[in-house]
Amino acid sequence: MTMQNVGRPTRPEDVQPLETGFTSLTGGRGLLQDEALIFERDGWTKTGVDLPDADLDGSDLGDLARAAPIGLPGLSEPEAMRHYVRLSQKNHAIDLALYPLGSCTMKHNPRLNEKMARLAGFADLHPMAPLPTVQGALALMDRLSHWLKTLTGMPAVALSPKAGAHGELCGLLAIRAAHEAKGDPRRRVLVPTSAHGTNPATAAFVGYSVTEIAQTEDGRVDLADLAAKLGPDVAAIMVTNPNTCGLFERDIIEIARLTHEAGAYFYCDGANFNAIVGRVRPGDLGVDAMHINLHKTFSTPHGGGGPGAGPVVLSEALAPFAPAPWVVHGPNGLTLVEETVEEAAQAFGRMSAFHGQMGMFVRAYAYMRSHGADGLRQVAEDAVLNANYIKARLSGVMTPAFPDGPCMHEALFDDSWLEGTGVTTLDFAKAMIDEGFHPMTMYFPLVVHGAMLIEPTETESKQELDRFCDALVALAQAAKAGDVDRFKGAPYLAPMRRLDETLAARKPRLTWKPESGVAPAPLAAE
Amino acid sequence: MRYLPLTPDDRAQMLGVIGAATIDDLFADVPAAARKSETFDLPNHAGELEVERELAGLAALNRAAGAGPFFCGAGAYRHHVPATVDHIIQRSEFLTSYTPYQPEIAQGTLQVLFEFQTQVAALTGLDVANASMYDGSTACAEAVMMARRVTRRKKAILSGGLHPHYAATTQTIAHAEGMDIVRQTVAIDAEAAVVEAIDAETACVVVQTPNVFGVATDVTAIAEAAHAAGALLIVVTTEAVSYGLLKSPGEMGADIAVAEGQSIGNALNFGGPYIGLFACREKLVRQMPGRLCGETVDADGRRGFVLTLSTREQHIRREKATSNICTNSGLCALAFTIHLTLLGEVGLRQLAAINHAKARRLAQALGAIEGVEVLTKRFFNEIAVRLPVDATAMVDGLLDDGVVAGVPFSRLDPAAGLDDVLLCAATEMTLDEDIDAFAQALARRIGR
Repeated sequence: MTMQNVGRPTRPEDVQPLETGFTSLTGGRGLLQDEALIFERDGWTKTGVDLPDADLDGSDLGDLARAAPIGLPGLSEPEAMRHYVRLSQKNHAIDLALYPLGSCTMKHNPRLNEKMARLAGFADLHPMAPLPTVQGALALMDRLSHWLKTLTGMPAVALSPKAGAHGELCGLLAIRAAHEAKGDPRRRVLVPTSAHGTNPATAAFVGYSVTEIAQTEDGRVDLADLAAKLGPDVAAIMVTNPNTCGLFERDIIEIARLTHEAGAYFYCDGANFNAIVGRVRPGDLGVDAMHINLHKTFSTPHGGGGPGAGPVVLSEALAPFAPAPWVVHGPNGLTLVEETVEEAAQAFGRMSAFHGQMGMFVRAYAYMRSHGADGLRQVAEDAVLNANYIKARLSGVMTPAFPDGPCMHEALFDDSWLEGTGVTTLDFAKAMIDEGFHPMTMYFPLVVHGAMLIEPTETESKQELDRFCDALVALAQAAKAGDVDRFKGAPYLAPMRRLDETLAARKPRLTWKPESGVAPAPLAAE
Repeated sequence: MRYLPLTPDDRAQMLGVIGAATIDDLFADVPAAARKSETFDLPNHAGELEVERELAGLAALNRAAGAGPFFCGAGAYRHHVPATVDHIIQRSEFLTSYTPYQPEIAQGTLQVLFEFQTQVAALTGLDVANASMYDGSTACAEAVMMARRVTRRKKAILSGGLHPHYAATTQTIAHAEGMDIVRQTVAIDAEAAVVEAIDAETACVVVQTPNVFGVATDVTAIAEAAHAAGALLIVVTTEAVSYGLLKSPGEMGADIAVAEGQSIGNALNFGGPYIGLFACREKLVRQMPGRLCGETVDADGRRGFVLTLSTREQHIRREKATSNICTNSGLCALAFTIHLTLLGEVGLRQLAAINHAKARRLAQALGAIEGVEVLTKRFFNEIAVRLPVDATAMVDGLLDDGVVAGVPFSRLDPAAGLDDVLLCAATEMTLDEDIDAFAQALARRIGR
């Protein structure tokens, strides 16, 4: 078996499939069509748009013009529609069933948000249009900022980071700037062993070395180890709260106190804010910076891997270092501070071109207004209730990693209950697909052996949770009963069987290439 | 509350199963001092109609680009997006899925990414492309840091023709990582000064074409000079439609090409979400940032796609990763790929030619005005013009004539001393009447 370095198998095992032996004559699977790549459909001279002719007479581009074929196929509109709709049907989605990826907060994505983001006044708005013509957009950014600051109890927010990891970068750059302004550049960042990979990656990105903090038996930051590792060269700690084990850091206020005492700043990874929104303000915990994944807590769609948005709330100490741009109230309405000069001279720079993920701001704001203060509090409560319900219902057959006390918005199990069955966490997860569910997050956090991290979110009904738990209980019983083939060969009923990740990495094929090795003949006719 | 399915009965039953008396028991780990019992000073929940009213009210305070003659570009371009694109990206299966970690039930997203990567490689004339970055500016910063890993050198030279926001972003991010960023003097023909700045310490040179003033440049000589010094050439493009008309970065010797892909398939959105394109030569692939989709087979031997080479990435390599990026711009990549599939090579070339023709008409109309100088000679769809007055004041004045004239260069870079320079773009959306209205209003105001 080939493994990743986190112990996850990456190659399907050679096990006889559990199947009827029935295959179609064409290789299709009923309505799930085998769909060729656009490059394999002889569309080299096709187009699905009707554009007027334009000649290049009079152009002085000369040898700047592209002569060689580009190699782009086209499809007519009906073909393109069918191609992408067929592909879509090979995807799982939150609109189809529970999507219990821990740490990802796959909640319902309201379509009102989509409708609002597509209003011409937002969608057809240029980022550099004159300020008098974008007052509504600036007002929306201002209102979103107010909500984020109020919900977190923090005095400032930088809206421009484009995703969670980009927000982490923003927070650490503010921390770095704050230390440099004091003439005390520091070298190290402390990160718990259970942290998400983006935390150490971001710290390294900013030029810090990373020191790991140990975890206690009950899944929290080890205070003694933290105290031992804090020192005058520590710039910050990065702690996720609730943490990646789905637990609230009980000693969070003491963690903040020790950190500040050492002259360091407290970066909180806000990926799990959904568990506490409306009930706990990170500002009350001593946090100096925290990113908020609008695509998690505030329901903007994940879109198959983005776009996200990762605004960062900042404490009084870090606020002066926030990156440009930001919205200010001026005599002639709202305006943008876009340059890091004059009153903004302490700003550490710019995270990206323009002003951030406006499309996501509109969606997140529509969501906040829909829920309101009362609804958001209910969001956290139901998210935590749902996770604890799953933990309670599955604890009879699976082993919770931290059985004592409640979990927050996600339930974490280890793989000790699979010992001796011959079934791994990965096998179990793949078998869930055959039962119609997306697997949970696996092998993360790294501190729990064979981890299975289940986050249901608040938008699941009790009926759906029961359906999910019933399926997992049945699967667990099958695993313990020795029905190993069901797991080893899984999935059987998905659009594809288990894929060979080892082969993909060993011989990377990252683009389509014509079999003949010569360029396609798109414009051979020209 | 319409997004919450649990009833009070459900909650009571579930607490019973858990063995908790109240919901507060589940928050017992929160220190008492941090439990917020009173509600926030924010409004309570609102119905769909109420929310729609508020947001429609805010949207109405903005002047949409389509409301009249409109010439802003400077890194974001107004193009037509076919209805098919927006329909498909709103399908639940694409919109509401996660990063494709479970390939057996994510082949839709993965095959799209494989098509996307192939299209981007073809457009840029390079071997491989990743599955997208946040936007062009962050892709530029990532490219500079990749050059450091490849060359093990620290110095990056940014041409004075690079979009000032891209330069600032790269300065912010790459400088933090310990790189020396040398930003050359901003000038319309800044590319001419790049070669002489390259030395044996140079990791990379970053050149934009068409540059921020719209100038299209052949960077072949810069590529040769960079390679002779052991440095990489990074070519930046902020208008992806230009690939349909201009020589590709790969043809001109680029090692890495990055671009803002918004122009294809994505609306203006007041600056985001956009989509960063990132392509490079095959031999550099293991130093690339971001997700990569690759071809493989399943247990039955059928072709399928997976995320691959993840040993470069943060979730495996942690502090040794090539980048900290996790979420990228998946749905924007889907929009890009669908639009480009609808266009095909034939449509893209036609679209690019239309853009170029509109810009030539614009240049002609503005250049004919007494006192206006068209600074950009060889361009794609954007030009810089020098006005006899302050460009910001002129843009503000022209608003009264219903014309959004473009982006004053000083808004992008107030320190450049180019207060009289205006950037104006034309696309297939620009009507000839819009150009006439702009030229007439401008002439009238200058003549006063």
